[in-house]
Amino acid sequence: MSGIQESVIIRTVVRIMVPFIQLFALYVIMHGASGPGGGFQGGVIFGAAIILYAMIFGISEGKKKISDSFDRILASTGLTIYAATGLACIIFGGMFLQYSAVPLLPDTALVSKYLIDLVEIGIGITVLAVMISLFFDISPPESEAGEVEE
Amino acid sequence: MIGFDLIAPHLPVLTVVVPLIAGFLTPIIGWIDRRLPWYWVVLAMFVVLLIAGNNLVTVINSGTIQYKLGGWDPPFGIEYVIDLLNGFVCLIIAFIAFMVSIYSKESVKKEVPGKTTPFYAVFLLLITGLMGMTITGDIFNFYVFLEISSLTAYALIAMGDRGDGVVASFNYLIMGTVAASFILLGIGYLYAVTGTLNMADMQNILPGVYESKVVLAALAFFMVGFSIKVGLFPLHSWLPDAYTHAPSTASALIAGLMTKVGAYAMIRFMFGVFTPDFVINTTQMTNILAWAAALAIIVGSVLAIAQSDIKRMLAYSSISQIGYILLGVGLANMIGMEGGLLHLLNHALMKCALFLVAGAIFYKTGIRNLYQFKGLGKKMPVTTTVFLIAALSMIGVPGTVGFTSKWYLALGSVDAGQWIFVFVILLSSLLNIVYFWRIFDNIWFGHPHEIENIKRDEAPLTMLVPMVILAVLCVFFGFFAYYPVHYVIEPLSEALLGLGGVLSR
Repeated sequence: MSGIQESVIIRTVVRIMVPFIQLFALYVIMHGASGPGGGFQGGVIFGAAIILYAMIFGISEGKKKISDSFDRILASTGLTIYAATGLACIIFGGMFLQYSAVPLLPDTALVSKYLIDLVEIGIGITVLAVMISLFFDISPPESEAGEVEE
Repeated sequence: MIGFDLIAPHLPVLTVVVPLIAGFLTPIIGWIDRRLPWYWVVLAMFVVLLIAGNNLVTVINSGTIQYKLGGWDPPFGIEYVIDLLNGFVCLIIAFIAFMVSIYSKESVKKEVPGKTTPFYAVFLLLITGLMGMTITGDIFNFYVFLEISSLTAYALIAMGDRGDGVVASFNYLIMGTVAASFILLGIGYLYAVTGTLNMADMQNILPGVYESKVVLAALAFFMVGFSIKVGLFPLHSWLPDAYTHAPSTASALIAGLMTKVGAYAMIRFMFGVFTPDFVINTTQMTNILAWAAALAIIVGSVLAIAQSDIKRMLAYSSISQIGYILLGVGLANMIGMEGGLLHLLNHALMKCALFLVAGAIFYKTGIRNLYQFKGLGKKMPVTTTVFLIAALSMIGVPGTVGFTSKWYLALGSVDAGQWIFVFVILLSSLLNIVYFWRIFDNIWFGHPHEIENIKRDEAPLTMLVPMVILAVLCVFFGFFAYYPVHYVIEPLSEALLGLGGVLSR
């Protein structure tokens, strides 16, 4: 353990900040359609929150929050949400990603908005999962619990 | 079929989306059972092959297909355009990828143990990138897919030989990033001048601004960028290491496809974004390309002779073969262009077969040094026969595909009045004989007492089937080159050179 991980102040601040960072990430994702932000940016912020946590409390603590297999499934799920949204548009007779074709609500503009949000969420999930797995992959194994099974 | 009518208009986008979804579902499939990803990849590649085949047939029968993503009209939205050129290249990609995916089962299990699931996920994403690059009609979307295919290729190469693979991948990463930066700058320049990102729209606007230095710079940037991507001679330094140290399956895939798609992109940008008259007459770009290609043909062949590692030798041979494709394009007459485009298909078949054979030999014996191949003809008769056919084809023996395209290229050179290129083609064929003969010599003509105790020990069936299919096709297209030439390559060359027919729209 290095000095920075033992500091009470840093540990406390990180513990308090992480939920707020995650909340901000969700805000950025949900604003992707109508304001500055989007799935990628939100996903990066969300991933950064987990990475911050793992940096301060240790890699193995971080892996307890998001395990490798869960991370892998998250990465797959996100893109699947995106592609499934696109394919749903095809099933309802539109072009790929032509959101207005899906008869979800009478107002097509609103349908577009919600489906774009769905796509952004999918992208966000994949980005956060990949961010976290990149961090875990390049971080040195600090204990036997941190070793990757394959 | 009822369902087919509904899905038919969406096939262009599914060419890209199917491998994308399949790639991202692979980790889940592999999590359920570690043996499943291979079946999954073969299934996905088979679906992509059917889609690509259908696309090309539709294009031949009823002309260019356009697909508006999200229902946005071009030039504002991204559109996917399939014409003869990219329909043809897509089918090559899909077919080679299908063959390699069948082959990969045992080879991947041995060469990247414990990482089969990530390997197949990246494999599918590489196909996504290559398909996207080929099929898109939007110049920035092209760049995005270029990056997808490059990043996945770096990852595949890094999974190869311990240590060396990572270094090769890192070298390729640096060179690839330089290339991509050139291409991105070129795209930015063209966007600044024309205000559009749609290729067809750009081709309409560009003739009005050809005097602009910015357009000239953009053309130069594209040519340099793609030259790095295809490994044209002075810019080839990343290629031999990358091909040598990647896992066998990845080598076959990357050697068979990456440079072909790079060559496709070069053709597309020269004749589909800029106009034929501009690149042929105004800037003489095709002329420069032809001379660079001739140099690459000779130097690649000479360097191949100096190699003792079979994969490295094949990599240098790739450098010279890429020269043939670009020589055909650079000649800029009908016959030369046909030869170049035909060689795109032929080289994909031959080089993929050769790399698969190298992989099979490595799988069975662990040997890559070609001076240790003694007695292999007795040990692995089918594999070595495939090697013989593909190598003869590479040399250009009549009756194989290699002969057809070299014949066209030689005729094209005569047609252009460039006798020196005929000489280059002949010389390179002789050099090809030199470097392949060393291997034939070792495989078939070993000293009797050295080989009498060798038992037959053939590669597994999943490896043999794709290799044999590729070898059969090498001979088939040698005799029946009429089909691709008549249906695809002839009309395509006419359209590309602006002699009639339309490339898109």
